Amino acid sequence: MKRSLSLILAAVLITAMLLTLIPGCGPKVEEKVIKIAVVGPMKFIQGEHHWAGAEMAAEKINKAGGVKVGEEFYTIKLVKVDTDEIVDPDGAVSAVEKAITSDKVDFLVGGFRTEAVMAYTKMVAEDYQKIFMICGAATNELLEGRVDKDYDTYKYLFRVTPIKSSDLVTVSVLMTAQVAQTIREQLGIMQPKVAVLSENLQWNRVLVNMAPAIMKDKLKLDYVGTWDVSATATDITPELKAIEKAGAHIIYTIISGPLGITYARQWGELGIPAASVGINVEAQKDGFLEATKGYGAYDYTLNTYAPVKITYMTIPFYNDFVKKVGQTPIYTAGTYEAIYLLREAIERAGSLDTDAIIKEMEKTEKVTATGKFKFTATHDVQWGPGWVTGLGVQWQDGKMVATWPFKWKPDPEKAPTLEITYPGVVPYKLPPRVLEFWKQD
Amino acid sequence: MLQDIIVIGLINGSVYALLAVGFSLIFGVARIINLAHTAFYMVAAYGIFYFAGTLHFHPILSIIISIILVTGIGIVFYIFFIEPIREHETAVLIVTVAIALILQELMLLQFGGHYRSVPSIIYGSAGLFGILVTKQRLLSLGVILLTLAAVGLLLRKTRLGLAIRAAAQDREVANLMGMNVALIAAITMGVSVALAAIAGAIVAPLYVLEPHVWLSPLVLVLAVVILGGLGSVKGSVIGAMILAFVEVTVVFLMPQGSFLKLPIAMVIMLIILLVRPEGLFGVYFEGER
Repeated sequence: MKRSLSLILAAVLITAMLLTLIPGCGPKVEEKVIKIAVVGPMKFIQGEHHWAGAEMAAEKINKAGGVKVGEEFYTIKLVKVDTDEIVDPDGAVSAVEKAITSDKVDFLVGGFRTEAVMAYTKMVAEDYQKIFMICGAATNELLEGRVDKDYDTYKYLFRVTPIKSSDLVTVSVLMTAQVAQTIREQLGIMQPKVAVLSENLQWNRVLVNMAPAIMKDKLKLDYVGTWDVSATATDITPELKAIEKAGAHIIYTIISGPLGITYARQWGELGIPAASVGINVEAQKDGFLEATKGYGAYDYTLNTYAPVKITYMTIPFYNDFVKKVGQTPIYTAGTYEAIYLLREAIERAGSLDTDAIIKEMEKTEKVTATGKFKFTATHDVQWGPGWVTGLGVQWQDGKMVATWPFKWKPDPEKAPTLEITYPGVVPYKLPPRVLEFWKQD
Repeated sequence: MLQDIIVIGLINGSVYALLAVGFSLIFGVARIINLAHTAFYMVAAYGIFYFAGTLHFHPILSIIISIILVTGIGIVFYIFFIEPIREHETAVLIVTVAIALILQELMLLQFGGHYRSVPSIIYGSAGLFGILVTKQRLLSLGVILLTLAAVGLLLRKTRLGLAIRAAAQDREVANLMGMNVALIAAITMGVSVALAAIAGAIVAPLYVLEPHVWLSPLVLVLAVVILGGLGSVKGSVIGAMILAFVEVTVVFLMPQGSFLKLPIAMVIMLIILLVRPEGLFGVYFEGER
């Protein structure tokens, strides 16, 4: 009897010991976790790339041991926050608030639609004092007039991608200058005519208003007019016909939404004999040629990522992203950089104290996939030669290739020998129909 | 410039008319304001995208399958959700909005929010009175003429058409005469949804496809049928042409105000309604009088 009782006790003891080896059954060790909300329209490509970029960073950091805070290591846990902000910008605020109050996130990354980001970053900074790394909205005013005017309230906000609207203007103008120069050289038209085609949205108002003066005074082009189209327009045949009638050689686009597909498709299908350059966010995506049935070929748009060697990190990041997602990254994938910047600031601060992290974040100077990175006084991306510059990409022979900066001279007067071309950037090409039409003419 | 306005206005008008005719028909016959009309158009477009783009069926076969499928879905929705509340107009409005939202969310779940492109039936562009327009747009002009002829033949030369018109004039009398009014209404719904699906096949290749694409055309369709007169197919076509010409003229005359083309078209609609509250060819108010 005693023997069998001993056997039973031994069996219970061994079972108990074995159970402790099974995950979740052992004594509970409190895991140190940093919760990061990834905020974006998750059913859309912008949100998908927010998530994919963040996931890539979190996986790599966790695999390498996590985030070192003082002497302890923390695991990053991501919380997906679907704001649906493309469809319902107003509803986005409550989705973000839920992440803070219910999911108890420590930091936030992401954002896309300015109207929505403006509202929820205000709430995040004013009401919850959490660090928000913007990766997807360009409007200057998300930081300007906030961080500089009321630092104590808005010091929690930083931007990682893309470069701010006014820098987007600068780059797209440089790209337009490149197109105009190509027209001068290849067609002998010394003062090409330019038309501006924009979507009527808040983010691009500054650009739309500045465009005529820039085209005339800075680029010495013959400005023929601005066609400011509704962002929800499903047909812009009349606009394109009017632009053609005005004799434009160049169409300068300022489009972030689906209008970009309608535009590029009709531009190609109607055979409009004008080169297209500027901002067309849809043209940054892999499916662009398919969505435009091939008519979007030779569209030339500003972009953030391409398989060119901006820094030693660009091509590895690009390839890893393509391998993971099966698509080329768009600018919302900057959540990858954001989480790395956050990790470094936390590790330098040696604590999770928000103010200490902000102080360290402000000291950031790091090589990233988009260029050498630091924050400006308004917590924005430092743009310029030697820092993040952005890229120009064109659809050539069925592929997206980088065509800017190509032999870019940032300051011909002060630094005449300084010329920037990232390895892998190729020359810009005029659409064949533009060459054909204006040569005949 | 005038030539451009005429040609583009005519083409765009035919696209709008194609979207509005089915909507107008179901109201004219069954007094149903079907706010899910353009959602059926959207589902048909996704059907074509799926069959032709994903399963690689022939585009024409994809169109036929989609039209049949969407018509079936429309009839099922009608029988289960609209027919039981037909007499309550406000409830019908709400239910059709709910149907549209259900279809939208289903497409969002299945296809995500990506911007897609439906294959065209014909590619390239051709000249019309010296103005280059895409062949798919030209096709819409031809299809709207054919559709109008087919609807006219159906309503005027067939027994079904006679029954539909009888039910439209007086449901109770038609019922007393032994007609199955409920069945006639269901068939009419099927025809209306089929017209939406045809619009999906012809018009969707011109636009970008995404799950919310039904909203913008719905505003346009409502404007067209109100202007033309609720329930009048002829009025819808003329209303569509008026709105299209106003829009195109705005774009050519005031480029900077291009985004205002729809609001300006709406103002024109309001002015016409002030003069003729029943719309240009309104049958509803005529019936009421």
